[in-house]
Amino acid sequence: MATPTLDKTDAAGTPEPGFADSPYITATFRIRRFNPEISAEAVWEDFQLEIDPKERVLDALHKIKWDQDGTLTFRRSCAHGICGSDAMRINGKNRLACKTLIKDLNPAKPITVEPIKGLTVLKDLVVDMEPFFQAYRDVMPFLITKETNEPTRERLQTAEDRERFDDTTKCILCAACTSSCPVFWNDGQYFGPAAIVNAHRFIFDSRDDAGEQRLEILNDKDGVWRCRTTFNCTDACPRGIEVTKAIQEVKRALITRRF
Amino acid sequence: MKIHKYDTVIVGAGGAGMRAAIEATKRSRTAVLTKLYPTRSHTGAAQGGMAAALANVEEDNWEWHTFDTIKGGDYLVDQDAAEILAKEAIDAVLDLEKMGLPFNRTPDGTIDQRRFGGHSRNHGEAPVRRSCYAADRTGHMILQTLYQNCVKEGVEFFNEFYVLDQLLVEVDGVKKSAGVVAYELATGEIHVFQAKAVIYASGGTGKFFKVTSNAHTLTGDGQAAVYRRGLPLEDMEFFQFHPTGIWRMGILLTEGARGEGGILRNKDGERFMEKYAPVMKDLASRDVVSRSIYTEIREGRGCGPEGDHVYLDLTHLPPEQLDAKLPDITEFARTYLGIEPYTDPIPIQPTAHYAMGGIPTNVQGEVLRDNTTVVPGLYAAGEVACVSVHGANRLGTNSLLDINVFGKRAGIAAAEYSATASHIELPEDPSSQVVAQIERLRTATGNERVADIRRELQECMDANVMVFRTEQTIKTAVEKIAELRERYLNVSVQDKGKRYNTDLLEAVELGNLLDLAEVMAVSALARKESRGGHYREDYPNRDDVNFMRHTMAYREVGDDGTESIRLDYKPVVQTRYQPMERKY
Repeated sequence: MATPTLDKTDAAGTPEPGFADSPYITATFRIRRFNPEISAEAVWEDFQLEIDPKERVLDALHKIKWDQDGTLTFRRSCAHGICGSDAMRINGKNRLACKTLIKDLNPAKPITVEPIKGLTVLKDLVVDMEPFFQAYRDVMPFLITKETNEPTRERLQTAEDRERFDDTTKCILCAACTSSCPVFWNDGQYFGPAAIVNAHRFIFDSRDDAGEQRLEILNDKDGVWRCRTTFNCTDACPRGIEVTKAIQEVKRALITRRF
Repeated sequence: MKIHKYDTVIVGAGGAGMRAAIEATKRSRTAVLTKLYPTRSHTGAAQGGMAAALANVEEDNWEWHTFDTIKGGDYLVDQDAAEILAKEAIDAVLDLEKMGLPFNRTPDGTIDQRRFGGHSRNHGEAPVRRSCYAADRTGHMILQTLYQNCVKEGVEFFNEFYVLDQLLVEVDGVKKSAGVVAYELATGEIHVFQAKAVIYASGGTGKFFKVTSNAHTLTGDGQAAVYRRGLPLEDMEFFQFHPTGIWRMGILLTEGARGEGGILRNKDGERFMEKYAPVMKDLASRDVVSRSIYTEIREGRGCGPEGDHVYLDLTHLPPEQLDAKLPDITEFARTYLGIEPYTDPIPIQPTAHYAMGGIPTNVQGEVLRDNTTVVPGLYAAGEVACVSVHGANRLGTNSLLDINVFGKRAGIAAAEYSATASHIELPEDPSSQVVAQIERLRTATGNERVADIRRELQECMDANVMVFRTEQTIKTAVEKIAELRERYLNVSVQDKGKRYNTDLLEAVELGNLLDLAEVMAVSALARKESRGGHYREDYPNRDDVNFMRHTMAYREVGDDGTESIRLDYKPVVQTRYQPMERKY
């Protein structure tokens, strides 16, 4: 006997154990399509499919791509919220397609899926990430130390000091926060929440000696002071980072010069 | 077609690729080609930690780590390589800390360590705290830290460039690496990268299984590229099934959960691992735990109405400990299963996780063309490679270690080679094979669909060459894969465009998976013994007389164009450890 096969679809129609009350449903996905090879205009296109509502939006996009329309284009990789490839605007809110279950979206109505805003759309749900990564690189997102001789062992850090920047180490650079920010939509020059989060991660790391430099970068006219505290970024973060709080901490550090 | 010229080209931007890039960029003009963006690589999904005998929290030393690695690999490990891995582990962790990696800390402020499967004190006496970790997102922290340091070093990336072919050119009777051919996803343009040295660091092949912890993008691209050019693949029959994947989804739940005290239970609530591994219990090596889980399931002690899974029980652990040490995996349970791990056990099943086999290399990361001869200018590191430090079964936390130790070694070795070697003249039409492959797929009108063939492949692999194998099941797989390879010739894609044609990309990836699945099945059929991750019910014992050797699989093309796989074998390097019966 071979390894037991655990096939989600082999019992098509039979309700899954433990989920007897949730049979497959028919859902409509209304997807923003854009392919400049075909047309300069973006259009909405509806797709209907039978799907288990406990599946992810990413599963639905795959079903559409694999069974209905191979031209549907989106980025994805890990499919469980770690790699940050599949941030998109789902029912008007920035989320990761792989962390959003269909049942949580009111599938009785069409579910809208469109690219994240504020970055140039290249094809369907794929946007140009380069401005986003440029802002990230601009805050010097790496440990900078003054010491001339490297220690032989690890640098010491207390658990409390380590905890100080724990939240902002969770960032996966998916751009859900930055592309949910109205300031960023209006002015692509703003560094945006993700870059500030990554600056925060180093400014508040007790091992780092370049906090002042990073604060000066963020003191720029396109820096933290552009933040209007709308909390869109915090709502959008699929990693649960308190983004707005981190931005506020950077602002406070700029005033007090203590961090 | 565009031609680029670099000293060193690195294929892949996960942990191994970026660790190599940091070294290579300091020493040579380096380009990193990745089919994703660097921070999207699957290193980021690794959770539990990175092994190193720092001895920060209890007595430990690299010799014990070496022994555990060799025993964990069921003695198929090359012992010289395992010794390097364990010795250099300490500096590899310290390097990362100095680069800024935020490890969890002990009360003294040093790097904290925790228990992990198969890692023991004094040659198997009891579990030891050897895994250096950052909550349950150690891989994420490693990937971010390495990317941060690539930014710092000014590493040059070509994002969304998909390498499809390895250029080998014969110079004075010696086959050398001349560069690679890549497809630019954004434009559909073909690029040739001429380079003195090429390092493959493109990851694993897990997507030929259905229930897997692997990303959609892990399709064995590097392995396939060199294999098609006549280079061998080593030990491809050895694939690791991680015991604790989320039931039916395969999403990884770290072994660190058991390191923190989590317990596996069957439907009777019994801690069944006590029967199978009296000393290490839930922290036995992964192959042992995965087989134990399926034994429970097959003997009717599985959970749920279909009895097709077991439970990972964390309910006895304080919620504060789960929040501090295992925040991500507890969130996965909440998000994908709607389960609260504070109070409810998590349904799990083994999930296809890691390829022990791959492109054979020596300890400098140089790729081998046979049992002993290197291919000048060609390197590999990480999951794509087979050094072999993992043998027949990798220990948890040794892969994050592997990418750092051998990524660094390959980066240095390749750049040093680049410093003295000269570029090799490209073949006349270097991109001809790739252009033909792409155009054939783009314009084909056959009626087979990528998704159907891939689904059938994955179902066949799960059913026939997973945790338990027999001659019959493997033969079934070999036949099915041959049929799917035939059908693949009639595959067509719907997207005929050039811009971000991921439809085409998936078709190319499927071709890679089919080739590698065949190598795996054929290698498994010939290995008539059970060792580590390769368990044959018809040959349940390890056979050191006949099979204490690495499999080397070569693609052969006959005069009439027919393809076949030729198997050869390579001796295992044994230094100080004699094979013993493996007990946990």
